[in-house]
Amino acid sequence: MEESKFIDKDKKYEKKGKSQLKGVWTRLKKDKLALIGLVILIILILMAIFANFIAPYEYDTQNLKNTFQSPSLKHLFGTDEFGRDIFSRIVYGSRISLQVGVIAVGIAVVIGGFLGAVAGYYSGKIDNVIMRIMDVLLSIPQMLLAISIVAALGNSLINLMVAVGVSSIPQYARIVRASVISIKNQEFVESARAIGSSDLRIIFKHVIPNCLAPVIVQATLGIGLAILTAAGLSFIGLGIKPPTPEWGAMLSGSRTYIRDYTYMTLFPGIAIVITIFAFNVLGDGLRDALDPKLKQ
Amino acid sequence: MENLLEIKNLSIEYVTDDGINKAVNNLNLKIREGETLGFVGETGAGKTTTALGIMRLVPNPPGKIVGGEIYFEGKDLLKKEEKNLREIRGNKISMIFQDPMTSLNPIITVGKQVEEVIKLHEELSKDELRNKAEKMLDTVGIRKERFDDYPHQFSGGMKQRVVIAMALACNPKLIIADEPTTALDVTIQAQVLELMKELKIKFNTSMLLITHDLGVVAETCDYVSIMYAGSSLEYGDVEKIYNNPLHPYTIGLFNSIPSLDEDKEKLDVIPGTPPDPSNLPTGCRFHPRCSHCMEICQKSLPKSIEVENGHFVSCFLYDKKMKEGK
Amino acid sequence: MIKYILRRLIMLIPVLLGVTFIVFTLMYITPGDPVRLILGESAPEEAVQELREEMGLNKPFIVQYVNYMKKLILHQDLGSSYVTRRPVMQEIISAFPSTLKLAASSVLFAIILGIPIGIISAVKKYSIFDNLSMAFALIGISMPVFWLGLLLILLFSVHLKILPSSGYDSFKQMILPAVSLGAQSVAIIARMTRSSMLEVIGQDYIRTARAKGQKEKIVIFNHAFKNALIPISTSIGLQFGGLLGGAVLTESIFSIPGIGRLMVDSIKMRDFPVVQGSVLIISITFCIVNLLVDLYYAYIDPRVKTQYK
Repeated sequence: MEESKFIDKDKKYEKKGKSQLKGVWTRLKKDKLALIGLVILIILILMAIFANFIAPYEYDTQNLKNTFQSPSLKHLFGTDEFGRDIFSRIVYGSRISLQVGVIAVGIAVVIGGFLGAVAGYYSGKIDNVIMRIMDVLLSIPQMLLAISIVAALGNSLINLMVAVGVSSIPQYARIVRASVISIKNQEFVESARAIGSSDLRIIFKHVIPNCLAPVIVQATLGIGLAILTAAGLSFIGLGIKPPTPEWGAMLSGSRTYIRDYTYMTLFPGIAIVITIFAFNVLGDGLRDALDPKLKQ
Repeated sequence: MENLLEIKNLSIEYVTDDGINKAVNNLNLKIREGETLGFVGETGAGKTTTALGIMRLVPNPPGKIVGGEIYFEGKDLLKKEEKNLREIRGNKISMIFQDPMTSLNPIITVGKQVEEVIKLHEELSKDELRNKAEKMLDTVGIRKERFDDYPHQFSGGMKQRVVIAMALACNPKLIIADEPTTALDVTIQAQVLELMKELKIKFNTSMLLITHDLGVVAETCDYVSIMYAGSSLEYGDVEKIYNNPLHPYTIGLFNSIPSLDEDKEKLDVIPGTPPDPSNLPTGCRFHPRCSHCMEICQKSLPKSIEVENGHFVSCFLYDKKMKEGK
Repeated sequence: MIKYILRRLIMLIPVLLGVTFIVFTLMYITPGDPVRLILGESAPEEAVQELREEMGLNKPFIVQYVNYMKKLILHQDLGSSYVTRRPVMQEIISAFPSTLKLAASSVLFAIILGIPIGIISAVKKYSIFDNLSMAFALIGISMPVFWLGLLLILLFSVHLKILPSSGYDSFKQMILPAVSLGAQSVAIIARMTRSSMLEVIGQDYIRTARAKGQKEKIVIFNHAFKNALIPISTSIGLQFGGLLGGAVLTESIFSIPGIGRLMVDSIKMRDFPVVQGSVLIISITFCIVNLLVDLYYAYIDPRVKTQYK
C-alpha cells in the first residue's frame, strides 16, 4: 500500500517534468531573438551536415590561375591566395566550428560536471581538494591555458578540442557544485533518503535534473565561447594544420592581404559573429525561459 | 477638512503579458485625523497596490492608475506634480512596508537611513540632524550606540523598529502600514504593535493599517474596511463590524477563525478561491463563492448602502431587504 | 582588514604553486627538443648530450621541477631563455609593461563606457537607447577580438589613415588596440550592469528610499548603483583575466611587444623557461587583480567588512 503511494508520486513528478518542459518551450517561444538564434543554429547544423552538397567546390581545391578573385556568381565569396573558393571553405568551416564547440563543451561538462557533483555532494576533504585544483586552473586566463595545452599536445583538431575543453572545466565544476550544494540541503532529498533511496538513485533522480538548467544555459553560451577561443588559437597558428578551413585560421591567412583583398577578411569574420551571436542569443533566451523569476 | 484622506472610485491596473490585471476597482475609502483604519483582505485583494497608489509609487510600467481621485488634506494627489509628491512622501504621508528584512538598504548604516528622511524635509545642521535621528531611534527602543550599525546586524523586529523610526521621523499626518508585523514572530509582533499604538497616540497620527489578521484589527483599529478583488465590500467602526458583520464574505472571514471555545472538527472555509484579477467575475466579484448568490448578483455591481449609522455594505442582500422593507 | 589581506595573500601561495606545477608539466610533455633547437639539427651528438647534461634535462621530472622551484623561490630566478640565453626575468620585465598598459587601458575603456551604458539602459528599460545598446552589446560579445582589431585597422589606418596600426607608446597608438581588446568587455560590462541594476531597482529598499521622498537621481546612484556595484566589480575582475588572454591576440595584430606575443613566439620555438615564466607572471597579475577586487568588495559591502572587525 505504502509503495504504491510513492510510485504514484513518481508518476506525478514525471508528468510535472513534461509540463515543465512545455512551459519552458512556451516561454522560449516568446523571446523572438532567441528564436532567431535557434533558426540560425539549425541552418548552421544543416550546413555542417550537408556541406558536401551545399558547397560548390572542395575546401582544398587549389586553382592557382584563379587566385584573389573578388566575389562573383562563380565564387560567391571570392577566392583566396591559392584560388580556393572561400564560400565552400566557410561552409566546411561550419562543420569544424560546431564540432570543436560541441566536443570541447562536452568534455568540460562531463568532466567538470562530474568533479563538481562529487565535490558538492561529498563535501569535506574531497570538496577542498577538487576546488583548490579548480582555483589553480581558474587563475590562468583561459586563453593562455588553452595555448599551453595545445602547445603540449601538438597541432591537430582533436587537440584543439581537448585544449579548449580542459580549459573550460573549472566553470562547469563550479556551477554543478553550487547546484548540488543547494539541492543537497533541500528537504525532498532528505525525504528521499528517509524512504531508503540509495545515494546513486538520489543523484540521478533528484540532484542531476535540478542542475540541468544552469548547465544547459552555460553550455549553450559556452559553445559560442569555445568556438571563439578555438578561432583565436587558430589565428595565432596553434591547433590547426592547413588546409583545414577553420574560420579563425582563414582570418589569419587573410591578414597579409587586408589592404588589397578586403573581402577575404570580411566573410570568415561575419561567419564567426553570426554563429556566436546565435549561441549567445539562444543561451540568453534559455536562461530567461528556465528561470521565470527573472522575467518579473 | 473633515477627512484627512479620501479616496473616490480609485482604479489601478497592471498590464502583463497574460492580460490586464485589475488590482483596484472603484475603491472608496476615508480616514479622519487621528483615526486608525484597518484595511482587511486576503492576499491579492489589492491592498498593497492601494497603499502604493496613495503614495503614487505604483511601479509604472506595468502599473497604471486609471481612474478616481485621492484627496489628501483636501487636494487631489493624482493631480500633483512629482516634485510636490516628494515633499509629501516621508513627510506628511509615510509608509511602513511588509518585510523588514529587505526594506533597509544593506550598505548604509541605520542611523544614516533615518537621517536621510529627516534631511529631505527639514533644514537642520549636521549635529541637529544626528541628534534628531538618535532620538527617533531611541523612541523606538534602539540605543544610540547602534547608530552606526548596519541593517544585517539587527534582528527582524529591530529592523522593523528602524523602519518605524524612519516613518515617524518627520511627524507625518498619515502612516500607511502594510502588514507591518506579518513577517515577524508572534511575540515580536505584539511588541511592535504596542509600539505603534503608543506612537500613534503620542504623535496623533492617522494610520491605514493593512492586514489580513482580524485579531490585529480588533486590537488597534477604530474603523475597518473589508477589501475583496480591489473594492471595499463593507465598512464601519470596529465594534459594529465585529458584532454585526453583514457581507457574506465578512461573515465567512469571521467564521473561518478557529475559536478556542468551540469544539469543531473542520474549519469553516469560504469555498472557492479569490478571483484572478485579470479575469474578474461579472457583477459582484464575490458571487461565485457566495451561498446567497442571486441572479442580480451575477449581472450588476452592488452599490454601497448604509445599513446602520456609519456601517456600509456593498451587497444586494441588503438592497432587496430595504426595498422589501419599503 | 589587514588580517583579511594577509590571509588572502597566504592563500595565493598554494594556488601559484599549482600554477607553476601545471605549466611546468605541460611544458615538460611538449614535444620538441630544445637542445636540438639551440644547436641546430646537424649538431654532433656529443655536443647535444653535453648541453643536455648542462641544462639538467636528463634528470627525472620531479627533480627538474624541484630545481626550478628552488631557483624561483630562493633566487627569484626564472632560468634563462633557451633561445636568447638572457635571463627569463629580464625578458619578462621588458615585455610585461606593454601588456599591462594594454590590459589596463582596455579595462578602463570598458568601465568608462560600459557602466554608464548599463545604468542608462536599466533606468530607461525598453527605450530606444536600451534596445539599441543591448543590440550592440550582443554583437559585441559575439565578435572575435582579433577580427575587430583587423576591421579597425582597415577602417582607421588603411582607409581613413587617422590612427596608427602598430606601436604602443603614444596615446594615439594605444587607441585601436585598447578599443579592439576592450570592446567585448564593454559589451559584457554593459549587460552585467544593466541586469544588476534592474535586480537592485526591484528591491524593497529602493521602494523605501522613494517612499521617503528621495529624488530619483539619488535613489539610482546612491541607493541602487552602489548596491549593484557589488556583483559588477566581481565581473570586472573576471573580465581582466579574459583581457590578459585576449592580449595575446591583440599584441599579435598590432605588433605590440608584450608578454602575450613573447609567450606565443616562445612556444613556437620551444623556449620553455620563457613560456613558464610568462604564464606565471600573468597568473600572478590576475590573482592580484582579483584580490584587489575582493578587497574593494569588502570595502563597499559592510556585510563582508563586519566579519573581519
